[in-house]
Amino acid sequence: MSAPAQTLNVPPTQNEESADSLLQIRDLKKRFSLSGDFLEQLRFKGGKLVRHQEHVHAINGVNLDIKRGEALCVVGESGCGKSTVARTVMGLLTPSEGEIRYDGNRIDNLSSRQLLPYRKRMQMIFQNPYASLNPRMTIQQTLEEPLRLHHPDWKRAQIVDKVEDVMHSVGIDPDWGMRFGHEFSGGQRQRIAIARALAVDPEFIVADEPISALDVSIQAQVLNLLMEAQQARNLTYLFITHDLAVVEHFGTRVAVMYLGTVCEIASTATLFDKPRHPYTQALLSAIPRLKDDRPQHIRLTGEVPTPVNLPSGCVFHGRCPHANTRCKQEIPVLQTQNDGTRVACHAVEEGRL
Amino acid sequence: MALLDVNNLDVRFALRHGDVHALRDISFSLERGERLGIVGESGAGKSVAAFSLLNLIAKPGFIAGGSVTFDGQVLNRLSERGLRKVRGNRISMIFQDPMMTLNPVLSIGEQMVECLKAHRRIASKEARAIALDKLQQVQIPSPETRLDQYPHELSGGMRQRIIIAIALLLDPDIIIADEPTTALDVTIQAEIMALLLDLCEQHNVGLILITHDLGVVSQVTQRMLVMYAGRVIEQGPTREIINDPQHPYTQGLINALPQMATPGEKLNQIRGSMPSLSNLPSGCAFHPRCDFINRADGQPRPACTQQVPGFVESGNCQVACHMVAEMLEDRRLKEETL
Repeated sequence: MSAPAQTLNVPPTQNEESADSLLQIRDLKKRFSLSGDFLEQLRFKGGKLVRHQEHVHAINGVNLDIKRGEALCVVGESGCGKSTVARTVMGLLTPSEGEIRYDGNRIDNLSSRQLLPYRKRMQMIFQNPYASLNPRMTIQQTLEEPLRLHHPDWKRAQIVDKVEDVMHSVGIDPDWGMRFGHEFSGGQRQRIAIARALAVDPEFIVADEPISALDVSIQAQVLNLLMEAQQARNLTYLFITHDLAVVEHFGTRVAVMYLGTVCEIASTATLFDKPRHPYTQALLSAIPRLKDDRPQHIRLTGEVPTPVNLPSGCVFHGRCPHANTRCKQEIPVLQTQNDGTRVACHAVEEGRL
Repeated sequence: MALLDVNNLDVRFALRHGDVHALRDISFSLERGERLGIVGESGAGKSVAAFSLLNLIAKPGFIAGGSVTFDGQVLNRLSERGLRKVRGNRISMIFQDPMMTLNPVLSIGEQMVECLKAHRRIASKEARAIALDKLQQVQIPSPETRLDQYPHELSGGMRQRIIIAIALLLDPDIIIADEPTTALDVTIQAEIMALLLDLCEQHNVGLILITHDLGVVSQVTQRMLVMYAGRVIEQGPTREIINDPQHPYTQGLINALPQMATPGEKLNQIRGSMPSLSNLPSGCAFHPRCDFINRADGQPRPACTQQVPGFVESGNCQVACHMVAEMLEDRRLKEETL
């Protein structure tokens, strides 16, 4: 670690892990201001003019390593910051604190011109294919655009060939190129969005809930397509989802997020076999399964607290059945277990769980 | 006779280029206290089916044929006035989006009292007491405070609890729930579904649950209907259909779930997508996506592309599929020759 370690909570395994990782996220924090511009922040308080600021703490110190060739799934409920992580990684949002390194180089502080070569290597697929395709562009134009941007030296014929190629690979008939996005069904639109991401031959893809807006039978088609693309092109995925059944099928490793922090990271098989963190346990027990009649799901009390005023200590303590006074005061850190799982929980650390 | 009896219900939407047939030939019944699931993908007609039970279809939609009989009354022949006595009172509805269902400018208490007063001659104080009792039943923390709060002050899960409380307000016989947990997170979804199930059992209320989530259906309902392109293609006891689906579409739907596949392997997908209702394929609407349109000898079965399949009985289930019909017929012939 070249950065000065200002806290004690640098996990010991970090250096070993970073050797083969494509993307490193270090102490990432992202705050969104709720208070408007400078003049709106001024208030009268006790006869004095004070500046009052409020923030949504979307991400509070996330450390993640994404290894080459793996599919890292980030799961969590709405508002846990999983999409913010994805967008910050892509450079669509600037982090408030922390670093993002891609292939060893820091990318979070680059200008958009400097970022251009990285944009070609990393692409994003969005949740809603109805919103992510430009309604005024034909499919051909949509797919040509990234190629023109990233390969200004390519000839027309070369671009057309490449578009045809990539349309074939996602199962879209190249003859449909002259049509517009609205002429396609949701599943086909998502195929087009995937084709757009694959057009520039990226090595890393961030997929933010890519199948949540689709029907069950179409979800399977798109998930298969993503898996085929991974094998054929040796892709690395950062896969954001709330659907644990998809994670179990698709992910190499899983990171569970709650209220802006990662509470558990493990390989998929380990996580589903032996969830450690009480939140992960509750989340897994809540999946509606087909076979068992009435499952005993762990009922959590209360709701996710607001990220404006974060709870003290462990962010989960208000809903956790195992919380004690230490949990209310001290923020838990990710700690590596025997099988490589990393859990941020005092109860697990103390052996109470 | 069952509490609710739907017979050959036929719903159309009159559009400029002709009628679109949204529901064809829907028949099912619901006993008192029974829980029925209606499953299908978007565009299958499951929400239209739910809405048409209470004649809630807006123009240009209309019920073109068939009947919905509830407790001896034919609902689709009732006047608006007559329907109003049933809606919300004896049959209530829970919609998908709790924010759209609640009135943003009325407090929770006002909305609940309004609903009670619309159906009963009742003093405001008494109505408020009933409202409070229902809020307690849906396990809302500090219910007295909630009565004076507005919908925007509550979270999604809390709002959906309030909707359930409102649905139960007049002690209905049936609750129709249209995707009640789709907008919610998994942990909240599990809580809300468990709550709905408990309350229905406690008060012996029938439930018609519309959802695309097979997992939810399998845990909550006793019987289920599977819909495809405006028709019911399979119906029967939930457990039997989930464990041994007969119709190729139901099989495809269940096998396409990630939990049915080995992790890392390809999922079993159904190719193509749901046809548009204004342009249905001939014969069985599922045949362009079906893997079983060939007979055992490899020849295509003409009936699949020419003739709409009728229901055949298979165990306790009814299935609309030529392949299943042929299989059952073969089995019957074999047994006869033995």
